[in-house]
Amino acid sequence: MFRNQYDTDVTTWSPAGRLFQVEYAMEAVKQGSAAIGLRSKTHVVLACVNKANSELSSHQKKIFKVDDHIGVAIAGLTADGRVLSRYMRSECINYNYTYESPLPVGRLVVQLADKAQVCTQRSWKRPYGVGLLVGGLDESGAHLYYNCPSGNYFEYQAFAIGSRSQAAKTYLERRFQSFTDSTREDLIKDALIATRETLQGEKLRSSICTVAVMGVGEAFHILDQDNVQKLIDAFEIVGQDEAPAAEPDAAVPAEQGAPAEGGAGAGADAGAAPEVDVAPMDI
Amino acid sequence: MTKQHANWSPYDNNGGSVVAIAGADYCVIAADTRMSTGYSILTRGYSKISKLADKAFMASSGFQADVKALQKHLTAKHLIYQHQHNKQMSCPAMAQLLSNTLYYKRFFPYYAFNVLGGLDTEGKGCVFTYDAVGSYERVGYSAQGSGSTLIMPFLDNQLKSPSPLLLPAVDAVTPLSEGEAIDLVKTVFASATERDIYTGDRLEIYVLNAHGTHHEYMELRKD
Amino acid sequence: MESNQANPSILCSPEGSQRTLYPYVTGTSVVALKYKDGILMAADMGGSYGSTLRYKSVERMKPIGKHSLLGASGEISDFQELLKYLDELVLYDNMWDDGNSLGPKEIHNYLTRVMYNRRNKFNPLWNSLVLGGVKNGEKYLGMVSMIGVNFEDNHVATGFGNHLARPILRDEWREDLSFEEGVKLLEKCMRVLLYRDRSAVNKLQIAKITGEGITISQPYSLKTFWGFSAFQNPTAGAEGSW
Repeated sequence: MFRNQYDTDVTTWSPAGRLFQVEYAMEAVKQGSAAIGLRSKTHVVLACVNKANSELSSHQKKIFKVDDHIGVAIAGLTADGRVLSRYMRSECINYNYTYESPLPVGRLVVQLADKAQVCTQRSWKRPYGVGLLVGGLDESGAHLYYNCPSGNYFEYQAFAIGSRSQAAKTYLERRFQSFTDSTREDLIKDALIATRETLQGEKLRSSICTVAVMGVGEAFHILDQDNVQKLIDAFEIVGQDEAPAAEPDAAVPAEQGAPAEGGAGAGADAGAAPEVDVAPMDI
Repeated sequence: MTKQHANWSPYDNNGGSVVAIAGADYCVIAADTRMSTGYSILTRGYSKISKLADKAFMASSGFQADVKALQKHLTAKHLIYQHQHNKQMSCPAMAQLLSNTLYYKRFFPYYAFNVLGGLDTEGKGCVFTYDAVGSYERVGYSAQGSGSTLIMPFLDNQLKSPSPLLLPAVDAVTPLSEGEAIDLVKTVFASATERDIYTGDRLEIYVLNAHGTHHEYMELRKD
Repeated sequence: MESNQANPSILCSPEGSQRTLYPYVTGTSVVALKYKDGILMAADMGGSYGSTLRYKSVERMKPIGKHSLLGASGEISDFQELLKYLDELVLYDNMWDDGNSLGPKEIHNYLTRVMYNRRNKFNPLWNSLVLGGVKNGEKYLGMVSMIGVNFEDNHVATGFGNHLARPILRDEWREDLSFEEGVKLLEKCMRVLLYRDRSAVNKLQIAKITGEGITISQPYSLKTFWGFSAFQNPTAGAEGSW
């Protein structure tokens, strides 16, 4: 039986120049339920799919406010995501205490990435098993970043992470060129459609998604469920009826095309293709 | 070289008076905007009132640098509270936090004299009054700062609040209407400005009630 | 949170300590005001060692990054040390190269924290600082004292300037002062200070900061008139004095 000799701790290289533990952490991101982010010149919208782990439980919060001008959506280990959001909140508070002005988004993202990087180089640590879409505004405009467990970070116009995010990415890739000049409402609409794409036929309802907005003159806030449902109804984003023929499940591991490919050539070897509907790591 | 200068002090008194009055369904918080050091005026337009939560406003006099540090500390704490509890802190909760924060520096105190005014969870006006090291009390009205010796007895006389010694306890909120309370505040500041050199320039007033927050100014003597 | 407990003994035993308990070389007043296009600031170039005029070409106004101008009175060495910290701060800010930069408000707040933290450690920087700047068309003018007292105003002045210059400024300052009028007003203040503040010297600079940038003038002198009879014979009317 095949056994990988190079994945027992984070700091061991494989002869091919890969760090398996880091790649496994990035797999955890793919198994979490989807999170989506997109931005215009003036607004950033974050959205995510909320999946309860059991009929008996409620779902976990996957979008967090960091400050009035920054928010994150996470996919992967929610517990790690919470710890990192708390870190980001405290960085914002400290910066605000010293300068009485908001922390620039890009700088927070670098600090966050450096924190994640440390975990890829210490034998007694474990990489964070969470991907973060960090949206925010500062004096250089609206920003959307993706931070991954490898310590890499990328800036995007629009992006999606988590299970079946490929479908959302396909949608966003077709549409992103118009996002810069989108209105706030169009941005939310695109976020909802992209979210629906990840549902693979399941009906989009406000009970299984969360949407958050921030913009120029609009502090970060999570839209309440009634409003989201109204928007879904208004945009007539229903089930699969007019679904623009996105390729089904097979798309999930084919993530390489996107520039998000972190660390080393993100391995498609992590055993069988991840479970598609449940998120076993997302506890 | 022998020392020929006054010993350095980490404190200064930047003066100013603050007042708060609680009514059955409103709260008035007021302070002048003069900031002084010794016999000099530093600026005529410095706000001593800080919004700590939707329904909790703190007015502070004393040493401005300490006051600013205290305000920033409480604001940061309130942000954390909001992140953790997803709501605004209530005025009585903020009152306890302020007391703890002041006492934490018991042996190198914040030289700050505060009144905290706002509405409690029932929407009733509340005023909390403090000393520099954190002992505090819920009252119906209070004055602190350089003009408090002039203002407080006047308020006592006008408001005739039931004694806190009465048993069973009688509610301390003032019987005045909101408009009367605002007029009273304007009068006490105009009076204090006559005799207290550290009070003057401009009066800043916040009024909290069920409708929200109202903000206004009144000019005071500038000499 | 660090402990803020004071140690009273350090107040009474200066022996062997490394704290500023009194200043050595000091600069006198800084005066600054907002005008139509930005901020004007004036300071003379004297450095006093007690009552000795020890240095005569001390630059007491410096640019901080692109948007701010800092003026200082008090201990010159503390000011120059502070400039090193600020240069480093601005350098690191520039190194991000991300389109964000520290403006005058941010620098002023940072200075407030530095001054206050040092006073909390009973080791103050012995200065009064004036910070002016313009960013995104927004004018800013503020002050910080040795122990962290801070505020903003349309015009500010440190030391003697607060007694002698600010009454003039309160009388004559307007929001729409032109550059020429602003300079004239500052020179009026500096002339009064020169006459009445013994540690002021007749060699000063005027600095200007606008949206276009920062310029600090070459040193120059003010025209003075000492021919008043009270100056000619100062003891007249004071019988029995020297």
